[in-house]
Amino acid sequence: MPQIQIPSPLRQYSGKQASVDVPGKTVGEALAGLVAQHPDLKRHLYTDDGKLRAFVNVYVNDEDMRYLQKEATALKDGDTISIVPSIAGGCSPGVTDSSGVRALVIIGFECHGWSRTLPRPPAEIDSIQ
Amino acid sequence: MLKIPQSACISLRRHGEETYPHECCGVLLGQFGDDGDGSVTKTVSSVAPCGNTRADSPHNRYNIDPRELIRIQREGRERGEDIVGFYHSHPDHPARWSPTDLAEAHWFGCSYVITSVEKGAAAITNSFELTGTDESDKKFVDEKIAIEA
Repeated sequence: MPQIQIPSPLRQYSGKQASVDVPGKTVGEALAGLVAQHPDLKRHLYTDDGKLRAFVNVYVNDEDMRYLQKEATALKDGDTISIVPSIAGGCSPGVTDSSGVRALVIIGFECHGWSRTLPRPPAEIDSIQ
Repeated sequence: MLKIPQSACISLRRHGEETYPHECCGVLLGQFGDDGDGSVTKTVSSVAPCGNTRADSPHNRYNIDPRELIRIQREGRERGEDIVGFYHSHPDHPARWSPTDLAEAHWFGCSYVITSVEKGAAAITNSFELTGTDESDKKFVDEKIAIEA
Protein backbone atom coordinates (compact mmCIF):
# COMPACT_ATOMS: atom_id res chain seq x y z
CA MET A 1 0.00 0.00 0.00
CA PRO A 2 1.46 3.43 -0.86
CA GLN A 3 2.50 5.65 2.01
CA ILE A 4 1.94 9.39 2.14
CA GLN A 5 4.47 11.48 4.07
CA ILE A 6 2.77 14.36 5.88
CA PRO A 7 4.84 17.54 6.41
CA SER A 8 5.01 18.87 9.95
CA PRO A 9 2.65 21.84 9.44
CA LEU A 10 -0.15 19.51 8.35
CA ARG A 11 0.20 16.77 10.97
CA GLN A 12 -2.29 18.47 13.28
CA TYR A 13 -4.87 17.58 10.60
CA SER A 14 -3.73 13.98 10.12
CA GLY A 15 -4.13 12.85 13.70
CA LYS A 16 -0.51 13.89 14.32
CA GLN A 17 0.66 11.11 12.04
CA ALA A 18 3.85 11.77 10.08
CA SER A 19 2.86 9.21 7.48
CA VAL A 20 -0.41 7.64 6.42
CA ASP A 21 -0.92 4.40 4.49
CA VAL A 22 -3.63 4.95 1.92
CA PRO A 23 -4.87 2.56 -0.77
CA GLY A 24 -4.85 3.85 -4.29
CA LYS A 25 -3.79 2.88 -7.77
CA THR A 26 -2.96 6.45 -8.70
CA VAL A 27 -1.73 9.56 -6.94
CA GLY A 28 -5.15 11.12 -7.30
CA GLU A 29 -6.83 8.13 -5.65
CA ALA A 30 -4.32 8.12 -2.81
CA LEU A 31 -4.74 11.84 -2.13
CA ALA A 32 -8.51 11.48 -2.29
CA GLY A 33 -8.26 8.68 0.22
CA LEU A 34 -6.08 10.83 2.44
CA VAL A 35 -8.56 13.70 2.60
CA ALA A 36 -11.41 11.25 3.06
CA GLN A 37 -9.65 9.91 6.15
CA HIS A 38 -8.63 13.37 7.32
CA PRO A 39 -11.10 15.94 5.93
CA ASP A 40 -9.38 18.89 7.60
CA LEU A 41 -6.44 18.41 5.27
CA LYS A 42 -8.49 19.21 2.21
CA ARG A 43 -8.51 23.00 2.45
CA HIS A 44 -4.77 23.05 3.00
CA LEU A 45 -4.06 20.93 -0.05
CA TYR A 46 -6.79 22.04 -2.45
CA THR A 47 -8.38 25.30 -3.58
CA ASP A 48 -12.12 25.80 -3.38
CA ASP A 49 -12.48 24.60 -6.95
CA GLY A 50 -10.74 21.33 -6.19
CA LYS A 51 -7.30 22.02 -7.66
CA LEU A 52 -4.09 21.20 -5.85
CA ARG A 53 -2.69 24.45 -4.42
CA ALA A 54 0.19 25.85 -6.46
CA PHE A 55 2.62 25.75 -3.56
CA VAL A 56 1.89 22.10 -2.76
CA ASN A 57 4.45 19.85 -4.41
CA VAL A 58 3.64 16.16 -4.63
CA TYR A 59 6.43 13.70 -5.23
CA VAL A 60 6.18 10.00 -5.99
CA ASN A 61 9.39 8.63 -4.53
CA ASP A 62 11.81 11.23 -5.92
CA GLU A 63 9.80 12.33 -8.94
CA ASP A 64 7.57 15.41 -9.13
CA MET A 65 4.17 14.14 -10.22
CA ARG A 66 3.81 17.18 -12.49
CA TYR A 67 6.51 15.65 -14.69
CA LEU A 68 4.92 12.21 -14.59
CA GLN A 69 1.23 11.71 -15.26
CA LYS A 70 0.19 14.19 -12.58
CA GLU A 71 -2.65 12.81 -10.50
CA ALA A 72 -3.03 9.93 -12.93
CA THR A 73 0.46 8.71 -12.05
CA ALA A 74 0.24 5.02 -11.30
CA LEU A 75 1.35 3.74 -7.93
CA LYS A 76 2.68 0.41 -6.75
CA ASP A 77 3.11 -1.10 -3.32
CA GLY A 78 5.99 0.45 -1.48
CA ASP A 79 5.76 3.79 -3.29
CA THR A 80 6.10 6.86 -1.13
CA ILE A 81 4.14 10.01 -1.84
CA SER A 82 5.66 13.12 -0.29
CA ILE A 83 3.63 16.27 0.20
CA VAL A 84 6.10 19.17 0.21
CA PRO A 85 4.90 22.75 0.59
CA SER A 86 7.30 25.01 -1.24
CA ILE A 87 10.04 26.89 0.59
CA ALA A 88 10.86 30.21 -1.01
CA GLY A 89 11.04 33.91 -0.37
CA GLY A 90 13.54 36.72 -0.44
CA CYS A 91 14.15 40.32 0.45
CA SER A 92 12.37 42.93 -1.57
CA PRO A 93 12.01 46.71 -1.62
CA GLY A 94 9.87 48.12 1.15
CA VAL A 95 10.60 45.56 3.85
CA THR A 96 7.66 45.34 6.19
CA ASP A 97 8.56 46.27 9.74
CA SER A 98 7.92 43.36 12.02
CA SER A 99 6.40 44.19 15.37
CA GLY A 100 7.72 42.93 18.64
CA VAL A 101 10.88 43.32 20.57
CA ARG A 102 13.81 44.51 18.54
CA ALA A 103 16.14 45.40 21.36
CA LEU A 104 18.97 42.97 21.96
CA VAL A 105 19.10 41.29 25.34
CA ILE A 106 22.48 39.90 26.21
CA ILE A 107 23.13 38.00 29.36
CA GLY A 108 26.55 38.47 30.88
CA PHE A 109 28.47 39.33 27.74
CA GLU A 110 31.02 42.05 27.07
CA CYS A 111 30.18 44.47 24.28
CA HIS A 112 33.71 45.27 23.14
CA GLY A 113 34.32 44.00 19.62
CA TRP A 114 31.52 41.46 19.61
CA SER A 115 29.39 42.72 16.73
CA ARG A 116 30.42 39.83 14.52
CA THR A 117 30.40 37.18 17.20
CA LEU A 118 27.67 35.34 19.02
CA PRO A 119 26.75 35.66 22.66
CA ARG A 120 28.46 33.17 24.89
CA PRO A 121 25.94 30.39 25.53
CA PRO A 122 23.70 29.74 27.19
CA ALA A 123 21.94 32.93 26.22
CA GLU A 124 18.36 33.74 25.41
CA ILE A 125 18.01 36.68 23.11
CA ASP A 126 15.61 38.36 20.78
CA SER A 127 18.12 38.91 18.05
CA ILE A 128 21.67 37.97 17.15
CA GLN A 129 23.85 40.91 16.25
CA MET B 1 11.12 29.90 20.98
CA LEU B 2 13.92 28.53 18.86
CA LYS B 3 16.71 26.71 20.66
CA ILE B 4 19.81 26.37 18.55
CA PRO B 5 23.38 25.28 19.24
CA GLN B 6 26.01 27.95 18.82
CA SER B 7 27.70 25.84 16.16
CA ALA B 8 24.50 25.81 14.11
CA CYS B 9 24.16 29.58 14.44
CA ILE B 10 27.68 30.06 13.21
CA SER B 11 27.05 27.66 10.34
CA LEU B 12 23.95 29.36 8.97
CA ARG B 13 25.46 32.82 9.35
CA ARG B 14 28.62 31.71 7.61
CA HIS B 15 26.55 30.23 4.80
CA GLY B 16 25.15 33.69 4.14
CA GLU B 17 28.66 35.11 3.96
CA GLU B 18 29.78 32.40 1.58
CA THR B 19 26.94 33.00 -0.88
CA TYR B 20 27.02 36.80 -0.66
CA PRO B 21 25.89 38.78 -2.63
CA HIS B 22 23.32 36.07 -3.24
CA GLU B 23 20.77 34.78 -0.77
CA CYS B 24 21.63 31.52 0.96
CA CYS B 25 19.01 29.06 2.19
CA GLY B 26 18.79 25.91 4.21
CA VAL B 27 16.82 23.69 6.53
CA LEU B 28 16.77 23.48 10.32
CA LEU B 29 16.24 19.97 11.71
CA GLY B 30 15.41 18.97 15.23
CA GLN B 31 12.42 18.44 17.49
CA PHE B 32 9.19 20.21 18.36
CA GLY B 33 8.57 20.42 22.10
CA ASP B 34 5.28 21.25 23.77
CA ASP B 35 5.92 23.82 26.53
CA GLY B 36 2.64 22.94 28.19
CA ASP B 37 1.23 26.44 27.94
CA GLY B 38 0.14 26.28 24.33
CA SER B 39 3.50 27.37 22.99
CA VAL B 40 6.02 25.20 21.20
CA THR B 41 9.80 25.27 21.47
CA LYS B 42 11.73 24.12 18.45
CA THR B 43 15.10 22.62 19.31
CA VAL B 44 17.55 22.53 16.43
CA SER B 45 19.99 19.64 16.31
CA SER B 46 21.35 20.04 12.79
CA VAL B 47 21.45 22.43 9.87
CA ALA B 48 21.27 21.41 6.21
CA PRO B 49 22.52 24.02 3.73
CA CYS B 50 20.67 23.96 0.42
CA GLY B 51 21.15 25.30 -3.03
CA ASN B 52 19.20 28.35 -4.17
CA THR B 53 17.38 27.43 -7.36
CA ARG B 54 16.49 31.07 -8.13
CA ALA B 55 19.37 31.50 -10.54
CA ASP B 56 17.33 34.23 -12.22
CA SER B 57 17.36 36.49 -9.16
CA PRO B 58 19.59 35.04 -6.42
CA HIS B 59 20.42 38.42 -4.87
CA ASN B 60 16.89 38.91 -3.59
CA ARG B 61 15.08 35.59 -4.00
CA TYR B 62 15.57 32.03 -2.83
CA ASN B 63 13.89 28.71 -3.46
CA ILE B 64 14.75 25.27 -2.15
CA ASP B 65 14.33 22.40 -4.59
CA PRO B 66 11.63 20.08 -3.18
CA ARG B 67 13.76 17.08 -4.18
CA GLU B 68 16.54 18.34 -1.96
CA LEU B 69 14.06 18.88 0.83
CA ILE B 70 12.72 15.34 0.46
CA ARG B 71 16.24 13.96 0.75
CA ILE B 72 16.98 16.12 3.80
CA GLN B 73 13.67 15.11 5.36
CA ARG B 74 14.35 11.41 4.75
CA GLU B 75 17.86 11.59 6.16
CA GLY B 76 16.58 13.56 9.13
CA ARG B 77 13.86 11.00 9.76
CA GLU B 78 16.52 8.26 9.91
CA ARG B 79 18.21 10.26 12.67
CA GLY B 80 14.95 10.94 14.49
CA GLU B 81 14.87 14.58 13.39
CA ASP B 82 12.02 16.62 11.97
CA ILE B 83 12.03 19.78 9.89
CA VAL B 84 11.52 22.59 12.41
CA GLY B 85 12.41 25.56 10.25
CA PHE B 86 14.35 27.17 7.48
CA TYR B 87 16.94 29.88 7.15
CA HIS B 88 17.98 32.31 4.47
CA SER B 89 19.96 35.51 4.17
CA HIS B 90 19.22 39.04 3.06
CA PRO B 91 22.29 40.52 1.34
CA ASP B 92 22.61 44.17 2.33
CA HIS B 93 19.02 44.12 3.55
CA PRO B 94 17.44 44.03 7.01
CA ALA B 95 17.01 40.75 8.85
CA ARG B 96 13.24 41.13 8.80
CA TRP B 97 10.70 39.24 6.80
CA SER B 98 9.57 40.80 3.56
CA PRO B 99 6.16 40.63 1.87
CA THR B 100 7.71 38.04 -0.42
CA ASP B 101 8.90 35.99 2.54
CA LEU B 102 5.39 35.92 3.97
CA ALA B 103 3.66 35.24 0.67
CA GLU B 104 5.94 32.26 0.03
CA ALA B 105 5.82 30.84 3.56
CA HIS B 106 3.62 27.79 4.06
CA TRP B 107 5.21 25.74 6.85
CA PHE B 108 3.01 26.78 9.74
CA GLY B 109 4.54 26.36 13.16
CA CYS B 110 8.06 26.38 11.78
CA SER B 111 10.77 28.96 12.32
CA TYR B 112 12.03 31.16 9.55
CA VAL B 113 15.48 32.47 10.42
CA ILE B 114 16.80 35.43 8.49
CA THR B 115 20.33 36.84 8.59
CA SER B 116 21.29 40.20 7.17
CA VAL B 117 24.65 40.05 5.45
CA GLU B 118 26.19 43.49 5.12
CA LYS B 119 28.99 43.86 2.61
CA GLY B 120 29.80 40.19 2.98
CA ALA B 121 29.69 39.98 6.76
CA ALA B 122 26.84 38.38 8.71
CA ALA B 123 25.23 41.02 10.87
CA ILE B 124 21.84 40.47 12.50
CA THR B 125 20.01 37.15 12.76
CA ASN B 126 16.34 37.08 13.67
CA SER B 127 13.82 34.30 13.92
CA PHE B 128 10.13 34.40 13.10
CA GLU B 129 7.48 31.75 13.57
CA LEU B 130 4.83 31.34 10.91
CA THR B 131 1.49 31.35 12.72
CA GLY B 132 -2.13 31.15 11.62
CA THR B 133 -4.57 28.51 10.54
CA ASP B 134 -4.31 28.82 6.76
CA GLU B 135 -3.19 31.07 3.91
CA SER B 136 -5.83 33.68 4.72
CA ASP B 137 -4.63 34.52 8.23
CA LYS B 138 -0.97 33.58 8.25
CA LYS B 139 1.54 35.94 9.79
CA PHE B 140 5.05 35.98 11.13
CA VAL B 141 5.60 36.45 14.84
CA ASP B 142 8.93 37.49 16.34
CA GLU B 143 10.56 34.60 18.13
CA LYS B 144 13.21 34.45 20.82
CA ILE B 145 16.40 32.58 20.07
CA ALA B 146 18.02 30.54 22.83
CA ILE B 147 21.64 29.81 21.98
CA GLU B 148 23.01 26.68 23.54
CA ALA B 149 26.56 25.51 23.90
